[in-house]
Order: sequence, then C-alpha cells, then structure tokens
Amino acid sequence: MNLKKINIENKKIRDLIPQVLTVLALLSVVIYFATNAQINMGNRGISFGFGFLNQEASFDITFSMIEYDGSHSYGRAFLVGLLNTILVSAIGIFFATIFGVIVGVSRLSDNYLIAKVAEWYVEIFRNIPLILQIFFWYFAALRALPLPENAISFNDISFLTIKGWYVPKFIWINFNIFLLSVVVALIVIYFVNSYATKQREQFGKQLPTASISIVILILIPLITFLFFGVSLNFEYPVLKQLSPTVYTYDGGVSIIPELIALALALSMYTATFIAENVRAGILGVSKGQKEAAASIGLTKNQILKLVVMPQALRIIIPPTTNQYLNLTKNSSLAAAIAYPDIVLVFAGTALMQTGRAIEIISITMLTYLTLSISISIFMNWYNKKMAIKEK
Amino acid sequence: MNLITKPSKENIKTYLPIGIVLIFLSFLDVFINAFFSLNLSGFFPSQVSYFLPLILGYIGFYLIRIEFSGVRSLDILNKNINSNNFNAFLTLLTVFIIIKSIPPLLNWFFLEANFVGDSKDDCTGNGACWVFIKVWFNRFMYGLYPDAEQWRINSAFLILFTVVGVSFFVKEKLKKYFILFLIFIYPFLGIELISGGSFGLKYVETAAWGGLSLTFIISAFAILFCFPIGVFLALGRRSSLPAIRYISIGFIELWRGVPLITVLFMSAVMFPMFLPDGTFIDKLIRVLIAITLFEAAYMAEVVRGGLQALPKGQYEAAKSLGMGYWRMNALIILPQALKLVIPGIANTLLALVKDTPLIFVVGLMELAGMIGLAKTNPKWLGMAMEGYVFAGLVFWIICYAMSRYSQNLEKKLSTER
Repeated sequence: MNLKKINIENKKIRDLIPQVLTVLALLSVVIYFATNAQINMGNRGISFGFGFLNQEASFDITFSMIEYDGSHSYGRAFLVGLLNTILVSAIGIFFATIFGVIVGVSRLSDNYLIAKVAEWYVEIFRNIPLILQIFFWYFAALRALPLPENAISFNDISFLTIKGWYVPKFIWINFNIFLLSVVVALIVIYFVNSYATKQREQFGKQLPTASISIVILILIPLITFLFFGVSLNFEYPVLKQLSPTVYTYDGGVSIIPELIALALALSMYTATFIAENVRAGILGVSKGQKEAAASIGLTKNQILKLVVMPQALRIIIPPTTNQYLNLTKNSSLAAAIAYPDIVLVFAGTALMQTGRAIEIISITMLTYLTLSISISIFMNWYNKKMAIKEK
Repeated sequence: MNLITKPSKENIKTYLPIGIVLIFLSFLDVFINAFFSLNLSGFFPSQVSYFLPLILGYIGFYLIRIEFSGVRSLDILNKNINSNNFNAFLTLLTVFIIIKSIPPLLNWFFLEANFVGDSKDDCTGNGACWVFIKVWFNRFMYGLYPDAEQWRINSAFLILFTVVGVSFFVKEKLKKYFILFLIFIYPFLGIELISGGSFGLKYVETAAWGGLSLTFIISAFAILFCFPIGVFLALGRRSSLPAIRYISIGFIELWRGVPLITVLFMSAVMFPMFLPDGTFIDKLIRVLIAITLFEAAYMAEVVRGGLQALPKGQYEAAKSLGMGYWRMNALIILPQALKLVIPGIANTLLALVKDTPLIFVVGLMELAGMIGLAKTNPKWLGMAMEGYVFAGLVFWIICYAMSRYSQNLEKKLSTER
C-alpha cells in the first residue's frame, strides 16, 4: 500500500519537473527579451504604446478602397492595407476555386488529352515558387502590354494597358434600396428552401428549388429598378491627352497592374492545390456508392448531385479552406511588387517612419493570427457538424 | 443512302477514310496557319474560314466514332479522346491550342533567340536574349561571392553530392556512418569552406553569398534543423503533460498563423530590439532561425498526423514490453509514424525550398533576388522575361525532381497494413 503511494507521488513529481522547467525556461527567455527591449527603446527615446496610431501618417497609398490621403492617421493607413489584403484575397479565392474545380475535374476526364493537359498544368504551376510567378506576371508579362494610346480595347468599354486595366464605374442611384432587395431575396430563398426540404421529407415531393431561387434572385431586385427608383449608370473610361506624348484614361475604375499580377499568380498557384483536393475528393467516393445509386435508378446527373458530390465535398472542403487560408497569407507577398497591402503599408512604410518595430510587427502578426484562428475555429465547427454520425 | 446512316461497323469502309481525311485536313489547316502563316481556307468568308478546321474535325470525329469497330487502334482512340461529341470538341480545341502555341514559343525560346555575344547589343532577334543569362550566370549561381573563391562553393557542393551519391550504393551497414557524417560533420565542414576565415581561406562575409548556392545552403540548413524540432513539437503537442502540450500548441499555431514574410520582417527589424544593445547576429543566421522555426511548426503538424494515425495497440504493446517514453517513441512509434507521413514531409520540404526566395525582404539575394538586381542594371534593362523564365525553370526542375523522388520513396517504403 505504502509502496504504491510512493510510486504515485513519484510519478506526480516526475511529471511536474519537466513542466516546471519548460515554463521557467520560457519565462526567463521572455523576461530577458522584454528587459532588453525596454533598454533598447529607452536608448532610442521611444516608449512602448499604441498612441502613434492616431498620429498623422503623412504618406500616400497608391490604391485605396476607402478615402485616404497623407493627412489621415496611421490607424486609417492600417485599415487601408487590411482592406487591400482582403480585396486581393477575395479575388484570388474566387478565381482559384473556379480554376481549381475545372482543373481537378479535368484531371479525371475520360478524355486522355484533357486529363494530361490538366496534369501538366498542376505539375508546372505547383512546382514554381509563388514569388517567381508574381514577378513573372508583374515584371515580364504585364510590362509587355501596350501604352494607353494603343490600349487593347474590349468593345470600347474597358481598356487593358501597361498602366492597368480600366473598367467602367458603376454609378448607383438608391443603392441602399437595391442592397435591401437582395437581402430580402436571400431571405425569401431561405424560406422557400426550408419549405421544399419539409415537402421532400414529409411527402417525398421534389420542388425545383434551384430554378425558383434564381428566379427570385433576379425578380425581386428587378422590381426595385422598375418601381423604387433604383438605377444604374456606367461611367466609361475615356482616353485623355496629358501632354503631346503622354496619354492616360480618365473616369471609370483603374485596376492597377500590381493587383492584376498578384491576383493572377495567387489564383493560378492555389488552383493547383485546390485541383488536387477536388480530384482526391471525387476519387475518395467509393465506386460502390455510384453503382448503388445507379442500381436504384438514379440518372447520371442525380448520382453526381445527390450521391457523389455530398460525399466528395466532405473530403474536399477542409483542405480547401486550408488553401484559402494559405492564399490569404501568401497575399503578403504583395510587398514584393509594391501592392499596398497590410505588410507593405503598415509593416513597411509605417514602420520605417515611426520606428516602432515591436508594436507594428505585433499588430500585423496578430491580424493574420486572428484571421487564421477564426477560420480554424469555424472549420473545426464545420467538420464536427458535417462528420458522418456513425451508429 | 449509305451516307446518312449512323456510323457503324457495316459502313466502316466508307466512313473511316472520309473521317480520317477530314480530321487530317483540319489539323493541316491549323498547322500551316500556325507555322507558315498561310491560310489554306482563305477563299471562304472570314468567319467560315476561322471555324472551318473545327467544323471539319468535328464531322471527321463523328464519322470515325464507330463502336466495336473491330479495329483495335480505332477503338482505343475512340475510347480515350472521342467518346462523345463533347469530348471530340474538347480534343479538337486542345490540339488546336497546342499547335497554335508551338511556333511562338519555339521562336521565342530558340529560333529568334540570341545565344552568342556578351552585351545587350548582341541581342538583335525578336526572341529571348539568352546572352543575358550567359553573362550573368556566375552571379545567378554564386551571388556576389568573389570569382576567385568560387571553387570553394563548388567543392562544398561536390563533397555533398559525392557523399550522398556514394551512400546510395554502399552496404546498409556503412550507410549509417555516411548519414552521421552528413548530419554532424558536414555542416561545419561546408560552412568553414564557404565562409572561410581560417586554414588559409579568405573570409567571405555572408552579405556576399547569394544566387542559387544560397538557396541550397538555406534549404539544407533549414531542413537539417526543422526536422528534429518539428518532431519534438509534435511529441510535445501529444504529450500528457499540460504545460508542455499548451506551450507546443501555442508555438505551432503562432507560426502557422502568420505569413513567412512577416516572420522574416520580424527577424530583421524586431528581433534586434530583443537583444542587448550592441549585439550583432549575422543576417543570414537570423533568417535561418526564422525559416527553421516557421517550417518546424508545419513539420510538427505533419508528424502529428502520422502519430495520430498509428493504432493505440502500438503504444500499448511498447509499454507492455517495459519501454519508457523515449524508448517507445524512438524505437516503435516514430519509425512507423514518419513512414506514414513521407508525402507530407516531402511537401513541407518542397514548400521550404519554394519559400527561400522570400529572403529578399531582408536584403539577401538568392536566385530570384539576383535576377531582380540584374534586370535593373542600366546595361541590361528589359530582360525580366528571360530572367524569370530561367529562374522558374531552375526551380521547377529542383521541385519537380523532389516531388518525383518523394513519390518513389513512398512507393518503396509502403508496407501493407
């Protein structure tokens, strides 16, 4: 009895010692760093704090989605950078998903040529560092575009030049009402879908929910155009002569080449990984499932929609979310081609001006960390919800 | 009457030749158009002429789509590229695009490219100016390393490759010593050789290192260190001791949550603030630490996947043999777990190699950085395309070889469970 007790005590102590040692080691490193940082900052006459965020930034940013100029604060500059990061990530995710799904499905095509082309696309773009692809698009491919006066024109509506891509600007009247109508349409669709689910589960009736949803989504906003005074005008870019040899486009929206290069490279690179996920997901659905579905008389489309896709998505979605996260983190490579994202604006220019390395790098890292961790939490929740409940 | 029936085995003698001729004509039209810029079907209205190859090929493919024709090669062809109308259309489109894109690529890469000369003026053709690569080749490989000392980098890598190469052919028993040499002795030897400073070798500061050799140096050291750290982190994350577990989780998630570029920024501008005033740690070493810790976090997650995949029985069996924690992990658990995750490990190492160009943010220049430097040289403006195509090709060869090797290794080591 006594012996056993000693053994348990022993084990407790044995467990405690490495933990205490690790924590102590970590603490001493942190304290060492902190004291050094304090001394260093004292020597340079700066004190730790985030008050600088309210100071005037006095530098310009080439591309901003919200109103910004040099007279705004560092906090505002941070927000501009963050929004630009989100913008390029959103564009990248959108196109990467489309490319990825197309390539992934093509790799499984029964057409040998298509499958091979898709395979080589993946092999080529996956094995070249992303930064090189960004450099290639920005410094080599987009620099080969013509000057504004010889722009590549798309129906005289939008123009592709070396200075960027000029597209028409949307000028909305009563945009709020339009936005409201879209929200209303989405709510209506939600109710229609839940009604359809009920009908299917109770009576076995199939409603064409997809087509109904599309009709609702078009119809309700259309009504606002006709009756509530919503209207949409376009402002087209127009060629303007600045001096005898210098031309530019006026009006419209200019999509800067940095954004195009970054979005292109990010989506083409990430698409290869998404393609592999899609392929693995579809291959992961066992053949028996398809055969079983066929044997109860489902058509080819029904098999895909009702049997293969729901199971494949369960395999595809978790790694693909991971890729979305990677894309967002990779968008920080923007700094290499001077696209004003959070790293360039905040960790670059703002840091140079203020010299507050610790605060600024911490904020930047925390921003990315918050983004990653919130997505991981969401993914864990989603996985738990989607996991097959085994009996 | 025969002509309007569906293609089948009965009318194969009429349909097959017509189909083949039509397909041949359509390919010929595109081919001649692409290579000799002659439009064979130019006498048609322009719209018809543009789509003519597509229409001809489409009809041709329809005619030869004969099920169970009895001709083996035709059946294989139909099954693979011509199983239905949509597939035939995709096939045609793919082939046309490939044919169309060959001449411009060929011209740019070879036919109109310039290979001889030693300045930009020698590049007269419309194609690539490979002279640029030729002139800058030394810089792309060795960075700003002094020309006279480059044999040291060469010999360092030569030793590495010889040892690795020989270790493939020696007996299993001796292999152990080769690996021990590579891990414990070679790194010091290599650094001594490249950095110099003693044994009569001239000291070369790390700021002068660069080019592709720097990519290799960084990759090699980061791989060497990130692997053991990753394994310990993975074990820590699965540890039953809460303090160790939470510290490991925190560490791993911290690095995995931020982009490498911010980590490098941190190593460059924030880390010096944490050290006593006046201490100077070499830039390259700071970068190496940053990359190693960053990749170790990813490695840890990969290894954890392997640890989780092992059945509980393995742990229990090891414990019932009286093994302690370290013996159990070293002899039973890790060998199996690591084998399971070889593809993951290879992917992490691949990511590491692909991440090395990012060190440009702290001012170190490996291959991509040197090209950035070369293309802004006033004598060599406008050479970005050549430079990045070259760098892309070099990295592609390295990464593709690595991924192929890992696939082979996976096959070789896979044991049926």
